[in-house]
Amino acid sequence: MRPRHVCARRESPFTCSDAHESWRLTATIMCSELPVADGKCDDHLLPTRANTKGRDFNERCAQCSEVNWGLTDGGGFYCRSCHYVTERTREVVNTDFITNSRVQTISKGSKKQEKNDGSCEWYICEGFQLVLKKQVEALEALGVCPQMKDEILCNFWRCYLQKSKQAYCKRPAAETVKALSVCESSTDVDSDPERPSLLHLLSLSESEGDLQTDCSFASSLSKVSESTSVYSGSVDGSLYIMKNQKEKLRMTMPMTLSFCYMALLWMREPITLSEFLRFVVEGHIPYLNVFQHFPEKMKLCGLDLKIFCVESWPVYEEVFNKMHELAAFLDLPRFPDITESCFLHPDMLCMKYLMEANLPDELHNWTCRVVKKIGIGEVDFLTLMPGNKSTRKVKYDVLAAAVIVVVLKLLFLLDDHYEWLLSEFAEERNKNNTEGGPYFEFKKWYEVVKHSLDVEQKKLDEERAKYLWRCEKPLFYSVKKKSKVLKRRQMVVNLQNQFGKLSGSVQRAEKPNPSSFQLSWSEENTDGSCFHRHSLKGVLQEKRGLLTAMNPDYWLCTVKLCNEKLCGHLAHYKDVEFPQSYHFVLGLFSFLLRIQPSYIHDEVCMIEHKLFNTKLYKKLKYNRVLRK
Amino acid sequence: MGMSCFPVDLHMCLSSKPELKMTLCISSNEHKLNFKKSKEGCLSYIQDALLQKQWKRAAEFLTCYVESLEKDYSREHIGPSEMIWRIGTEILWHHSQSSMKEFNCFMEQMKTLGVKRYLKVCLEHVFHLLCNGQIDEAYQNLSLAESWRFGEQTAIQDKEMKLIQAYRGLLDYCSWSKQKNILLENGEDGFSDLAVEQEMHGYFRKAAVNLKEIIKIPGVWDVFVKCYVDLLEFYGDHNEARQVLNEYAYNSKFPANPNAHVYLYQFLKRQGESKKSLISALKILHDIVPSHELMIDFNTMLQKSKKRKKRRLGLEVIFTGLDYAGWKENAKAWSCLARQVKQIVISEKHLDWIKQEWNSRKDWWPAFHFSHYLAKRNWQENKSLSYEKALVAGILLGKDCKYFKYVSHQGCKAQLKRFRMLKKFVNRHSLVYLRISGVPGLRRAPRIFPGDSWLLCWAQPQAVNPAFPVSCPHGRKCTGKDSKPHKLLLPKHCQGHCHVLMATQTSRGTCQ
Repeated sequence: MRPRHVCARRESPFTCSDAHESWRLTATIMCSELPVADGKCDDHLLPTRANTKGRDFNERCAQCSEVNWGLTDGGGFYCRSCHYVTERTREVVNTDFITNSRVQTISKGSKKQEKNDGSCEWYICEGFQLVLKKQVEALEALGVCPQMKDEILCNFWRCYLQKSKQAYCKRPAAETVKALSVCESSTDVDSDPERPSLLHLLSLSESEGDLQTDCSFASSLSKVSESTSVYSGSVDGSLYIMKNQKEKLRMTMPMTLSFCYMALLWMREPITLSEFLRFVVEGHIPYLNVFQHFPEKMKLCGLDLKIFCVESWPVYEEVFNKMHELAAFLDLPRFPDITESCFLHPDMLCMKYLMEANLPDELHNWTCRVVKKIGIGEVDFLTLMPGNKSTRKVKYDVLAAAVIVVVLKLLFLLDDHYEWLLSEFAEERNKNNTEGGPYFEFKKWYEVVKHSLDVEQKKLDEERAKYLWRCEKPLFYSVKKKSKVLKRRQMVVNLQNQFGKLSGSVQRAEKPNPSSFQLSWSEENTDGSCFHRHSLKGVLQEKRGLLTAMNPDYWLCTVKLCNEKLCGHLAHYKDVEFPQSYHFVLGLFSFLLRIQPSYIHDEVCMIEHKLFNTKLYKKLKYNRVLRK
Repeated sequence: MGMSCFPVDLHMCLSSKPELKMTLCISSNEHKLNFKKSKEGCLSYIQDALLQKQWKRAAEFLTCYVESLEKDYSREHIGPSEMIWRIGTEILWHHSQSSMKEFNCFMEQMKTLGVKRYLKVCLEHVFHLLCNGQIDEAYQNLSLAESWRFGEQTAIQDKEMKLIQAYRGLLDYCSWSKQKNILLENGEDGFSDLAVEQEMHGYFRKAAVNLKEIIKIPGVWDVFVKCYVDLLEFYGDHNEARQVLNEYAYNSKFPANPNAHVYLYQFLKRQGESKKSLISALKILHDIVPSHELMIDFNTMLQKSKKRKKRRLGLEVIFTGLDYAGWKENAKAWSCLARQVKQIVISEKHLDWIKQEWNSRKDWWPAFHFSHYLAKRNWQENKSLSYEKALVAGILLGKDCKYFKYVSHQGCKAQLKRFRMLKKFVNRHSLVYLRISGVPGLRRAPRIFPGDSWLLCWAQPQAVNPAFPVSCPHGRKCTGKDSKPHKLLLPKHCQGHCHVLMATQTSRGTCQ
């Protein structure tokens, strides 16, 4: 038994199995830092429909001896003083009757548990709750600490519900929002333009959603709100889309990933955002078509499709930014410290990326030196402090990749000239000298990595083109369209079978096991394609007992950084303006992190500016390498 | 725009290529992937596979592309469902493992997919059945399609319906033709089968009605027209046949179609019409397709004509035909040219015709037709071709020309009589070469009329200012403007006699 520190026992209609009991908001708040309702729970801080009074039950509470019973949706009793939940339930045969009449008047509005067609009423936030549950369970299966589900994510979610006035509050937002009908501007409506727009969903012709501009979307929306009822399977689907988002963070599908990432970050789990999103795309974490896991009774149609149907891959920047907004919105305290022993610390991540990029281990000394020099390994720099606008948000993975790029620039210059000179020199040395580890040859490394990268990139491109977006359970906008949609689905399946037979390829193999590494280089291979143990002797020299780079020069990617807040970027990347080697290295990490090269470039510029800060200020020539 | 007998055009699928850019976009920088982009990328992979005839690979990607059916709400000209129909058809047709059964199954599905192109899909299906020799199935399908009714869609697809009916008419014609052959065979044996004859007439009526309908609409209906005319001719309705063919060839609403004139010509020939009408039919064909094989007939007819103008045209026709690479080794054409040139040379009349034709060709025909290599090859492959060509070469380029020299040498070596005759003939008429090539001879003797600057200009036509008023040696005022730029800048009224006279350094000619 968990400690009876319970908010409410929540009998949701989607009780799938007992294993999920804990999810139903019965979990305790272990993390005392979390600002969720302070353990005590009064009527107003209950989830949407969980609570009601239990007047007929007169026994004393086993825990606090009070007689103050509330009734859960399932007909069970809980103590409204201490939140103890009894094993007893109301001994009434027809619980539906109860929930339908008196009890329901206390919870949110009058509603029926089941409609004629076997569907039940449900709220959008319940849908998201299910999505989150599925996602966190998948993360658990991937080996994330089991605490995350019940103690972290659950509380984040409850906190969100409370802050956004959807539950645990006096007056659930949905009711107040009813008054707000027309949305005022387009910006607050569509944070997510790739979803099918409302117009798309409403019009019979159903033109491509993507073609709709925000503007036309907004106009269509106001039209919609005039016509009183907008169709949705959920109770508050239409309100949800229309409600003013300015003060509240409206939940979206990418936001579920932000939630997960936030929890991962809180737990300091050894997984980066880029990796997490890659797992999502590879299908290890439910995201696309997650609605197929919804219970039968929960019918999705109409505007619900706009909310839950995803038709694009999650984007790093969006999930990242939303996570920070969310953390601030929830007034979360400072996150647990990212120390040197954490996976997300640049020194650790650099090691990982050096391995994956097939670069010599020796480079790790240099990345550590750079990290230390500019203080990006500091706890205060790395730890997330929600709502602190003065510090830059850290993208741990991008930062680590950028550190490696900077180190490569320090040692090899990457000006399409010097690195090849060094490589020739190393080649000569390797020919004459067979003792000890071979010198690192940039040219050889380039050839090996380029080849693998091309192969993998081609594979990835084909995979993207072959990506199957639809699941077996099709969505339809309305019952009227159901038969048509099902027919289409059947035809697609038929055609897939027919041409699948002709394609000659074996039916799609099981999805590959999730791996942190996309490229792997084994030292056991004798073909010399692994560079981990290669030495940097050719590019280093000893000065006063310290190893320094032979290379005396450095070129800056940009002299002046842009204002990220105004411009969106620190710097601007155009591949034609930069050396090919630099472009290649960026491309390599861009592939590994599945983000655009320009993001890494931004980070490289940031690091460079920290590194050469004093020199830049003194307006000295910056073509000399920093002295260590 | 007219219609055509072929409803389906895979090139339309293949030519819409902006998607190829999309893949590049996906691969390099675009890390945000959505349904649409993914499917566009998929489509471009399919297109590449199709172009390289990798049917398996195309099928593999199509398997993933069919998903886009579930989001086929686009109003683009060719939406996903149409793409799938066209590409799927192509793959099933070429793929080694597909069967006709599978093909039929696919087609049936495609028919349910879009009412807007129902009849097109039916037609395509029928095509493939016909290609596969399943005539009865094709006929059944056509009949079914003909009875298809779907609200206003039936009216919208009126054109396709006409085509369906026309193809049914065509199949009726095939049955008619079969019956006719049976009857003719039996007829030889002295039998006559009334039932078969009845049936045959039935087919005729059904075919004639449908074929007649489609021919009324402007379009390219070669196969239908041919069949319809055949029917009419068989039953002796020559007037109707003539009218149909005239309409098909001359109605300006119909797209320009060389075959229309060919059919008309062939019909007129069968009817034993006058030369004049035959020539006029071929004249138009000559304007549309100067390299048509019937141009040889045309030339033959014109050569025989008594009118100078027509013989002149004949020379032009044969020269023009030989401008085309496809005619290079056409022995018949060369013999026509050789005959006409020989005739002109012997008669010594109208050498200027040859000169005019030769003028625009003298800078490229020697390399195109009369190279040493071709002489060798023609001699090896086709002696009579090389004979005709050598004759032409000898006259046009003189006896020193490589082609003539090689062929006549080889011919004499082989002791062939006609080659010896050829040599003699060319030697006898070697002066002609100087006359028709004109300019070099003139250069050798630039001062024919001392002090006449007009002549000097003439010797170097490119230096002449076309607007420069020139006077001809006969004292008439003319301007260079009148003449065509590719011909020597000779005043029109002088063309045809002056320069020949000058080249031979005599001045016997007069101006009218």
